Amino acid sequence: MSETRRLGTRARVTALGVVVLVAAVLIGLLVGPVRIGAANVFRWLFSFGNAPPGMSEQQALILGDLRLPRVIVAGLVGASLAASGAAYQAVFRNPLADPYLLGAAAGAGLGATIAVAYGPSGALDLTVPAAAFLGALVGVGLAYGLGRSSLGGRQTTSLVLAGVAVASFLTALQTFLQQQRSDTLRQVYTWILGRLGTTGWDDVRLALPSVVVAVATLWTVRRLLDVIEVGDVEAQSLGLNVTRLRLVVVVAASLATAAAVAVAGLIGFVGLIIPHTVRLMVGGSYRSVLPLSVLFGASFLILVDTLARTVVAPAEIPIGVITAFIGAPFFIVVLRRNRRAA
Amino acid sequence: MGKPLGILLAFALAFGMVACSDDPAISTGSTGDPGSTASAATFPVTVTGTNGDVTIDARPERIVSLSPTATEDLFAIGAGDQVIAADDQSNYPAEAPTTDLSGFEPNVEAIAGYEPDLVVYATEPGDLGSSLQDLGITALQLDAAPNLEVAYDQIEQLGAATGHTEEAEGLVADMRSQVQGLVDSADPASGTSFYFELDDTYYSVTSRTFIGQLFRMLGLENIADEVGRGSGGYPQLSAEYIIQSDPDLIFLADTKCCGQSPETVADRPGWGGLTAVTDGGVVPLDEDVAQRWGPRVVDLLREISDAASTVEANAA
Repeated sequence: MSETRRLGTRARVTALGVVVLVAAVLIGLLVGPVRIGAANVFRWLFSFGNAPPGMSEQQALILGDLRLPRVIVAGLVGASLAASGAAYQAVFRNPLADPYLLGAAAGAGLGATIAVAYGPSGALDLTVPAAAFLGALVGVGLAYGLGRSSLGGRQTTSLVLAGVAVASFLTALQTFLQQQRSDTLRQVYTWILGRLGTTGWDDVRLALPSVVVAVATLWTVRRLLDVIEVGDVEAQSLGLNVTRLRLVVVVAASLATAAAVAVAGLIGFVGLIIPHTVRLMVGGSYRSVLPLSVLFGASFLILVDTLARTVVAPAEIPIGVITAFIGAPFFIVVLRRNRRAA
Repeated sequence: MGKPLGILLAFALAFGMVACSDDPAISTGSTGDPGSTASAATFPVTVTGTNGDVTIDARPERIVSLSPTATEDLFAIGAGDQVIAADDQSNYPAEAPTTDLSGFEPNVEAIAGYEPDLVVYATEPGDLGSSLQDLGITALQLDAAPNLEVAYDQIEQLGAATGHTEEAEGLVADMRSQVQGLVDSADPASGTSFYFELDDTYYSVTSRTFIGQLFRMLGLENIADEVGRGSGGYPQLSAEYIIQSDPDLIFLADTKCCGQSPETVADRPGWGGLTAVTDGGVVPLDEDVAQRWGPRVVDLLREISDAASTVEANAA
């Protein structure tokens, strides 16, 4: 494939990604347990959130205070997880790397548990997400600090192993605390399972700054990811400061992951499957993989969340259940089609 | 990632704590012959628990209760003096000998350390019953009652098991008459609707659950009943559905666990304009009472009934 054709493919797929994202946002706004009607939703959009004539105050509330922030948060979380997953897969040269690789999930779980079990009750709306956010950063910080010190060529391995050790340790701590305060067990688990069901503008405000900074950082270094993926020694010989790049990626990805966990709980699978699906579509260069992971990750989670609140309406399904239930078969299909094409 | 599955399992377990079975097929034995309990002031006596027939040789004097409901039952029938230890969740009545024993992750050795002659427990995590039996300790399981009749029966079984048959029968008769009085005073055609909140992620109960049945007895309409049978009785509702339903009453069974109150409910995005919020229909409940199936069920029913009457009087 010539370079111009490759560029053409990339542009087409990027355009497709944008179209899919816009469609996902619209579907997320249009579909829900309460029937609002497409015409109403569009008129509401064009009157910038004020209830247009013929639309009840209640419908405007549902759109403006419930669906819109929920769609935005789902998009931010999906973009964060997919971009972090893609970046981790590059700097750790490990196709199984996901955003929780370095103890972010375990740290967030521990932080949330401490806040639920020992924090002031009543202030939960803010303390638990904040504690989870800090916990995720502490988890990754510990893993990075402990794993970094080993020798150059084996840096990725030692980081991953440190991550596994830190995650196990933090999870054990969390289990112990939960057992001490078993009255809070249920709340911790509902929290970890995901809470897009209660999302409001507070969550958008909490997640947006970290996600924008982190995703923008990853987007900026995407060309360097192609270099580092070849190997530490090779990248170094090309003049790349491998350790610094890895640190930048880990910090940015942790920031995004921490924000995602804080507002949405643990959502598996997105960080792993979206980047791989994108790779199967456009090849392995991170110049395409990273931006498209952001677009498709956001779209995927918005659509999955729409399913979560409609399939058994008026009840909800935990979103993590659907990401895997839909995502796994979808990925298998992509994998098989790709093999046939090759 | 294997984690989500593990979390789901733990989650299911955690919910079992409050929720438990609403399937009568796996409930406690209400099949027990009522005649045998009536004549059971003498020992040995055979009572029927979830774990089958249990024979108690002599009046138990060292009871360990691993179930908050059983603890409340035992004290209410005058067997409180015979209880030497209760689990960490047994916080009522105040004189209950609460210990750090766990009813969810019971430590057989710690339980045996109290040298009990009867252990009453609700959840069976593995083989608690048989482990205790192996140590020669009589164990009686009374799991979550699926309805009031089974709750009554559990009280009577405990009465027979502890030598308080008459008190137990008296308590049950008293509960029955109070419940009947509240049911009679309710207006079955009021159409008053309600949303019952188990936690701040909008888990609720349908009318098939123990707690849901109490509301139905008072003729109240449960907005969670819209959810099909697949939910197992404890669905997580969509916020937008709750807002659209605009229930007359909102009962909060998450005041302790999750710090919810009429104020926090009013602050939720989109909730401020709900009828229940503007007209004082948000009712904080003592979730311990709402999650047990003991004597205080009558108090809970009265609280619900009072709230419904107030709302209905306002509307009239």
